[in-house]
Amino acid sequence: MDGWDQLKSDWLARIGAAADETALEDLRVAALGKKGEISLKMRELGGMSAEDRQVAGPALNALKDEVTTALAAKKAALGDAALDARLRAEWLDVSLPARHRRMGTIHPVSQVTEEVTAIFADMGFAVAEGPQVETDWYNFDALNIPGHHPARAEMDTFYTHRAPGDDRPPHVLRTHTSPVQIRYMEAHGAPTRIIAPGRVYRADYDQTHTPMFHQVEGLAIDRDISMANLKWVLESFFSAYFGTNVRTRFRASHFPFTEPSAEVDIQCSWEGGTVKVGEGNDWLEVLGSGMVHPKVLQAAGVDPSQWQGFAFGMGIDRIAMLKYGIPDLRAFFDSDLRWLRHYGFSALQVPAVHSGV
Amino acid sequence: MKFTLSWLKTHLDTEATLDEITEALTDLGLEVEGVEDRAARLSSFTIARIQSAEQHPDADRLRVCMVDTDEGVKQIVCGAPNARAGITVVLAKPGDYVPGIDTTLSVGKIRGVESHGMMASERELELSDEHGGIIELPSGEVGQKFTDWLAVNDPARVDPVIEIAITPNRQDALGIHGIARDLAARGLGTLKPHDPQPVVGSFPCPVSVTIDPDTLDVAPHFAGRVIRGVKNGPSPAWLQDRLRAIGLRPISALVDVTNFFTYDMNRPLHVFDVDKMQGGLRVHRAKGGETLLALDDRTYEARPGHVLISDDRGPESLAGIMGGEDTGCTEDTVTVFLESAWWDPVQIAHTGRDLKIHSDARYRFERGVDPDYTLPGLEAATRMILDLCGGEASDVVEAGTALKTARSYPLDTKRVISLVGMDIPKAEQVRILTSLGFSATGAGDVLEVWVPSWRRDVQGEADLVEEVARISSLTKLEPKPLPRAMAGVPKPVLTPMQLRERAARRTTAALGYNECVTYSFIDHASAALFGGGGDDRMLENPISADLGHMRPQLLPGLLQAAARNQARGMTDLALFELGHAFHGGEPGDQHLQVAALLVGQTAPRDPHGTRRPVDVFDIKADAEAVLAAMGAPAKVQILRDGPGWWHPGRHGVICLGPKKVLGIFGELHPRVLKAMDVKGPAMAFTLFPQEVPMPKAASASRGAVAMSDYQAVERDFAFVVEAGVEASVLVNAATGADKILIEEVRVFDEFIGGSLGEGRKSIALTVRLQPRDKTLTEEEIEAVAAKIVDKVAKASGGTLRS
Repeated sequence: MDGWDQLKSDWLARIGAAADETALEDLRVAALGKKGEISLKMRELGGMSAEDRQVAGPALNALKDEVTTALAAKKAALGDAALDARLRAEWLDVSLPARHRRMGTIHPVSQVTEEVTAIFADMGFAVAEGPQVETDWYNFDALNIPGHHPARAEMDTFYTHRAPGDDRPPHVLRTHTSPVQIRYMEAHGAPTRIIAPGRVYRADYDQTHTPMFHQVEGLAIDRDISMANLKWVLESFFSAYFGTNVRTRFRASHFPFTEPSAEVDIQCSWEGGTVKVGEGNDWLEVLGSGMVHPKVLQAAGVDPSQWQGFAFGMGIDRIAMLKYGIPDLRAFFDSDLRWLRHYGFSALQVPAVHSGV
Repeated sequence: MKFTLSWLKTHLDTEATLDEITEALTDLGLEVEGVEDRAARLSSFTIARIQSAEQHPDADRLRVCMVDTDEGVKQIVCGAPNARAGITVVLAKPGDYVPGIDTTLSVGKIRGVESHGMMASERELELSDEHGGIIELPSGEVGQKFTDWLAVNDPARVDPVIEIAITPNRQDALGIHGIARDLAARGLGTLKPHDPQPVVGSFPCPVSVTIDPDTLDVAPHFAGRVIRGVKNGPSPAWLQDRLRAIGLRPISALVDVTNFFTYDMNRPLHVFDVDKMQGGLRVHRAKGGETLLALDDRTYEARPGHVLISDDRGPESLAGIMGGEDTGCTEDTVTVFLESAWWDPVQIAHTGRDLKIHSDARYRFERGVDPDYTLPGLEAATRMILDLCGGEASDVVEAGTALKTARSYPLDTKRVISLVGMDIPKAEQVRILTSLGFSATGAGDVLEVWVPSWRRDVQGEADLVEEVARISSLTKLEPKPLPRAMAGVPKPVLTPMQLRERAARRTTAALGYNECVTYSFIDHASAALFGGGGDDRMLENPISADLGHMRPQLLPGLLQAAARNQARGMTDLALFELGHAFHGGEPGDQHLQVAALLVGQTAPRDPHGTRRPVDVFDIKADAEAVLAAMGAPAKVQILRDGPGWWHPGRHGVICLGPKKVLGIFGELHPRVLKAMDVKGPAMAFTLFPQEVPMPKAASASRGAVAMSDYQAVERDFAFVVEAGVEASVLVNAATGADKILIEEVRVFDEFIGGSLGEGRKSIALTVRLQPRDKTLTEEEIEAVAAKIVDKVAKASGGTLRS
């Protein structure tokens, strides 16, 4: 072994044995610093003969490269070891609870209203709205329910107070969403396709009735819309809404504002006290519907000899209960946090036809 | 409306089963609400005969009977005192359910002797309360079904009772005859004719009747007659059975006859005891204040315009609603005046509603009674009274005349098909109408249809369409697709405001609030706390005092929800509601609000120290986020003049100018919380979506983004100001110092009092300078900084903190 090899192996051994970054830095200075052994030898090259220099120059350069590389490698290794040691010390109990994040919810009534809207929007129905305090004309007369009609008494209407001397007929809290039919047709005429979801009021309170609840009205007016179209629209709606094929049964009935009128049942089964829609041999009444009465069209300024169509009214809370298995209507309006969390929906769960409602 | 199957069959000749009939009724619009089929529960029992009855070896009261049954001779142990050889009995076998003892039988051993079934008493079969012994039948073959025997020998016991709901338009279905007519039209049998023949009077009617001229419009026709020498008493069993089956209490033959025709023919009648009357009967409008003790033992006071039937003594009947107690018939009645009249439905409805009086007569007259059946009904009832009570009838006495109802409407048979969407041939339409009592004539597509007198509800072509449709069966209607109004992808339908509402709702929920839906009406005290509670928004007939006022704000409803939750032990609450509040009592006096409420702590206790009480800046952040989601401009003013339910020093009114209020956030007034029983403090916001200006841009394009390539510079400043100076004053002043270079000014520290002295505070701002076309030099930065210090000092009266 000549001197160069000896020098190299000495330095590499010392670098390899360096215990920490400080020792390594001392070695770098001792080898490659201004007065380091290798630097001094490099300086000596100038005083050599050309022949000696030709031998010593490349050898010295190679030595310098190798020592530099070894220093870098050792530095990296020491750094890794130090990081490993730090990370070992940084152990955390990740089973601790996370910082609290409040989770909000959407009320089932809002969710189902949007579901209904998404489905009917796909069939070309716009969304109309109307006032909740109504005149008795819009709530009754325009819908072919004159003052003495028994249906008025049966509706359990809330009336607004009139001061003594104020002889105007009291306003009512709308008992159904049907007045929106009139207001919308007055403003937009025919043809038209709308739904009108919203709050309605009837003076009734028990297990299945609350003095306020939600309805969605449907109205489609055109030249030749028939009751058979209504049946198709409702079956399409229920199938989309419940996510399974749902048959309907139309039963003749009577509403002053439609003629012919039908109460509509959906197919269901009762097993163990729970109802399943879209299967079985039982029927569950879910809505009232029919062909819009000519007098109603007239009241709204639409010529019944030119236009015809259907209307329906359905309980939003009720179909929410059916779909999501919610047992008690009264709890909808109680705002019990446990109920809101259990039956509520994520803010990002936006109903859309393409993703399912 | 209740009726029995056998009663129906007195009007309908049919072979249809009970199930076929009930299904047809529901489909026809006469919705079956219930069927009490008493035969169904007895269907397993058979008739048997006791061959022998021997004393039980170990029990004095028991007998061991050998019984001849359809399955051979069986041994049955029986405890009935009348169990003896030779009698015909009703047998329940092992496996049969016996309703009266709620037991399914099995083969048993009674005191060591095997028994294969039981012989039933009436009570055990729930036929009556009779339990003195087992049933002994006067006839019957061994093995014959007991229900078959009953159907022949005692049909009332197994007569199914059907209850249907009657929609307000179907006056005709308030009589069983009319129900039979519907079923016949559907093809479930033949309607039996009903054509009562007049009873010839044997003496002039001693009771005179008159109608006041001013009353004829609401009481056009009043008829009656006297029947003298009647013997009133219990009506016969068949009549009592029928009335009892439909839930009526038999009273006496005379009264039962009137009830019978009320249900049989929708013909309410009334009977007066002539011996208790004074003089003739006069139909007239009440002056008001007349009183009558009615048959329900209550006294009613007539209001002006109500129609009364009076004799010389005074009012004896509330016309068409209820008779008077004083002239009511009893067991002692021997001379009776039978009334058959027609009353205006609207008049009856008003009177009934005014007096809050309900009766079968009111129910029927206000829906409509056949005006052409007034006299036939009188004759039919006369005949039945003569049959049941004997006596002799006077001539008929009559005032006024039957209302003329004859009218016709054109019916376009093609329009029927178009409206219903079902191919119903013209001939079938004619058949349906004819079988319902209409007459239809006409050669072309359009028929001329005459309406029968018992269909007051039919007032136009649409009503005729309904008749054809319901008899044709809507159950059979085949769905037909409704074509899209326009081909292709459906257009979006939501209006900008509807989209905004959805954005507000979903953003608030995303911020961690639970959506509530609370009642639109609240109690007076809560309404008053929130600017409402006046008469304009008060309900006349609230369901309870707690729900008597339309809510002027959404917050009281949320506070009540919070109080309920706190009472249940849930104290950290983030609730919101989106809905209408009412600022007046007229239609349209409603506006949309988004209201949110934060109560309690930000988090449960945790190892990270996250938990702290919610504060104004939590709710402010959320209010800003929701406003941004609704498209509100970023630059708004914060004023402090909100209504009284806010903490006076801790709320902000977010506005665009003093009159354009977008929302209010802050802490709620402690007094309001106390009044509403909420443990505070409580933070809240109310936003007004309709006040947020609609963006003008019609295009979806966003325009180009400005992203400078030059390094931004941040400089910090701290100013000492009076404690009452708002940070926004400093921020606005600093922002205005150089509108091009200054990109953002942010408050990053606030320090109050301490070394600064009482009533003073330090506000620290960081200002971000963003050069657009070259890197800033130190001199340029210093120049801007100097301007900032100058502007802020001028605006706030403060000094740069050294």
